[in-house]
Amino acid sequence: MKKQYIGAIVIIAIAITMIISMTGDASSYVSFDEAKVLSEKGFKKSIHVVGELPKTASGEVVGIVESPDKLSFKFEMIDENGLKQQVLFAQPIPTDFTRSEQVVIVGAYQGDKFVAEKILLKCPSKYQEDPEFTS
Amino acid sequence: MIHYFEGQLGHALVIIAFVTSLLSAYAYFRGRNQDEAWTDFGTKIFYVHALTVLGIIGTLFYLITNHYFEYHYVFSHSSKILPVYYQISCFWEGQEGSFLLWIFWNAVLGIILINTNKFWKSPVMFVVALTQVFLASMILGVVVFDVKLGSSPFMLLREVIDAPIFKTNPNFIPEDGNGLNPLLQNYWMVIHPPTLFLGFATTVIPFAYCIGGLIIGKSKEWIRPALPWAQFSAMILGVGILMGAYWAYETLNFGGYWNWDPVENAIYVPWLVLVAAIHVMIAYKKSGSALKLSMILVVASFLLILYATFLTRSGILGNSSVHSFTDLGLSGQLLIYLIAFIILSVFFIAKRWKDIPATKEETSTYSREFWIFMGAAILCLMAFQVLLYTSMPVYNQVAGLFGLDLSLAPPTDIYDAYSLPQLILSVFLAILSGTGQFFWWKKMDGKKLMEELRTPFIISLIVSGLIIVIGKITEPYYVILLVSCVYSISANVKIFIGVAKSNIKLSGGSITHIGIALMLVGILFSSGYSSILSTNYTSMVWSSEFPEEVNRDNLLLFINEPRQMKEYSMIYRGVRKETREEGYVDQNELAPTNDPLKVIKIASSDTLTLISPENSYFEVEYHTEAGKQFTLFPRVQINKSMDMIVYSPDIKRKLGADMYTHVRTFPDPDQEPEWSEPKEIKVKMGEQFFVNDYVATLEGMQPISEIDGTPLSSGDVAVKALINVQGEFSNYSAEPIFVIRDQEYVGRIDDQVNDLAFRISIQNIIPQENAVILAYQTTQKDWIIMEAVKKPWINLLWLGTFLLVIGFIVAIRRRYLEFVKMRNKGVEA
Repeated sequence: MKKQYIGAIVIIAIAITMIISMTGDASSYVSFDEAKVLSEKGFKKSIHVVGELPKTASGEVVGIVESPDKLSFKFEMIDENGLKQQVLFAQPIPTDFTRSEQVVIVGAYQGDKFVAEKILLKCPSKYQEDPEFTS
Repeated sequence: MIHYFEGQLGHALVIIAFVTSLLSAYAYFRGRNQDEAWTDFGTKIFYVHALTVLGIIGTLFYLITNHYFEYHYVFSHSSKILPVYYQISCFWEGQEGSFLLWIFWNAVLGIILINTNKFWKSPVMFVVALTQVFLASMILGVVVFDVKLGSSPFMLLREVIDAPIFKTNPNFIPEDGNGLNPLLQNYWMVIHPPTLFLGFATTVIPFAYCIGGLIIGKSKEWIRPALPWAQFSAMILGVGILMGAYWAYETLNFGGYWNWDPVENAIYVPWLVLVAAIHVMIAYKKSGSALKLSMILVVASFLLILYATFLTRSGILGNSSVHSFTDLGLSGQLLIYLIAFIILSVFFIAKRWKDIPATKEETSTYSREFWIFMGAAILCLMAFQVLLYTSMPVYNQVAGLFGLDLSLAPPTDIYDAYSLPQLILSVFLAILSGTGQFFWWKKMDGKKLMEELRTPFIISLIVSGLIIVIGKITEPYYVILLVSCVYSISANVKIFIGVAKSNIKLSGGSITHIGIALMLVGILFSSGYSSILSTNYTSMVWSSEFPEEVNRDNLLLFINEPRQMKEYSMIYRGVRKETREEGYVDQNELAPTNDPLKVIKIASSDTLTLISPENSYFEVEYHTEAGKQFTLFPRVQINKSMDMIVYSPDIKRKLGADMYTHVRTFPDPDQEPEWSEPKEIKVKMGEQFFVNDYVATLEGMQPISEIDGTPLSSGDVAVKALINVQGEFSNYSAEPIFVIRDQEYVGRIDDQVNDLAFRISIQNIIPQENAVILAYQTTQKDWIIMEAVKKPWINLLWLGTFLLVIGFIVAIRRRYLEFVKMRNKGVEA
């Protein structure tokens, strides 16, 4: 067999390996329930959960507890199925946290606690260009 | 008054630019087989096109500098307080402006091509003009049969935004614009986008030569003129990418220069393929093999640029990227652009496929082609790997078309997903770039190779052995990468010395390869061994809720209270503003004026100019045990109109490492602090007392005749107390005021000492005892939460980049002179 063919086969083999490992590395968007099931099955990888922060009628976010040294905090989040879960985050509260419209947390259940490694915030002002004019 | 004319002029020019690009593409196509009449016509039209493009840019810039906020583009991207150099950045902050930048470079490059290459003018310019057609259509802003074609930067605000104010007052013009995104207010954002878009624009040139060659049936002659352009393009694109990385390092606070963000990946991928293409093209020039592969790679690199454009501008990435553009509804048009060029390329390659000579002979392991192909294969695999992962949102979309819900999310472990596979492949890259060079310059067999490689091999083992021992490198992947990089450097240095002795003009390759290997070492150390200095070791009860392995990487600093952090003692000194006259000035010493740019220094009544009113800096001192110290000023930028708070790091650069410090959060300046219950004390004149644990002295009382510049009316009496407070590091004065109006109403104006976190007021005056009753309230001291990271040997990355550029320049010069020599001989085809 020609060397070129061997080379081509090796390259294709590597490419296929990459595709397979991509399907393994890809995370997924799940609900708290599904995340819990995954973690009970022993799935250790982080997943994405999309949700909102619980608010009072006047729009104030409730359920945020900051550690005394301000270096970490816990909060509650309601996922898209309406399930509320407490989330721990080992970082200071992001500045525009309470203003966010939607929160995506990346993390996993550890026991019955959800520990987030990353929080992605969707703030209305950054995405809506329409300003409010007053004159 | 709304300035209609300028916008209409701009829009008219855009339409002319679109039409002229279309016309000149047609003319050049007709003139493809050395038809002079059509070619000249195409050239004339292209000049008109280029002038029109300049006109569009001039008009848009005129709108921006004159603050015509009735225009949507100006309103959304600019504001009155922006300095001129950031007004330039406003220009390309939006999608339309950045398309315009691309169009501009294409026009400039077109004119250069017209004037350097007569034989290839028509076929090449046909392709260039065709890209202009598509690019110009993106900013056309015309509705054809109910389909909106392009998004014009010359739209009026009221045409874009449906605000109620326009119903009552159609001529309403906002006072000020939204301003430039704070993230982009950085000098790198003035030069990074033009560089990157020059890189984007240049990728069309090798592509145009290739397709042009196929159109006119010169399927192998295009390589010579295309090669220097491909090299130029790879250099500019590479520099553009690294500028972006440097901007991210300096401005964003994720703590690094590369984040495998889809937008970064989208450009990294075509760059890798372009570099692979250059290598294969050089192999073709030497030995005549792999012409088909050259074509495929050149075409792929340009198509990948279009794919990158589609990814970053169509909105398909959604929220998976920090800096993709907002969706302007151009996704359909962008997709058509991409598909049109895929069809064009596939059609012409397929048409000529049979005529393209294939390599007949077997490639020997000791031939240079073998090594080049291996290198190109690795580069392509690297590109493929990143492309595969970055395209996840596309899979979701495509699956959605078939009614499937994939809901693939981006990988959460960036290291596993990107860094590790890229690292493994770079090991091969380093080894190949070290070894392949020997085959390049000499005929090799097994024995000779061993001889050549002996010295670099021994040197690399010794040097990397020393580095591993001294740097305590234990991670096996890192050890392997380090050894192979050091090997690549020593092998290429040996080659460089050999080549430089005979002809230094040929040394581009070895310099570039040394640069790449140095960059890899710099990346290895600065990323692999970056260490967080601010790791929090205090074991608090609260944090025990967290699992063991969760680190807390931040440090809470109260103002003027030293804290130990690894080998440094840190002190936070307070919030500073940056002034043109006196540098950083304590915010508490400044009083605002009506002009947002001007402030008054209270102590001297001087008027100072703020460099940017949105910026505040946190003064943080680092003291080492040896008694040395340095100060960093990490920044926060608060943009009210966009409601954005952006933290940027400050970096202490040392030869061996960067100290990277950024603030995570600080007390919200808009939020009123919580004050304690007031405490009253009776103090006699000259007596010492304690406020919030600080020693204070009541130095005296002084009658005053005006309050804050307003004179008292005749029946009023006012006195202020002069209180001196000793802080940890300096003394502060507090001057609360006590007013009696009309002899019966009592007014108390307290004075606040921010640094010491208290405010004090005069409750009552007891003249018979020569004493006053003071009341003070305390609050939490000012604080910041910061993260400090040490990044070792990051300078090797920048040094490597520098060498990469030099190497490219040497190589471009060589290949360009080759082309000129043959052109002047008349051997162009």
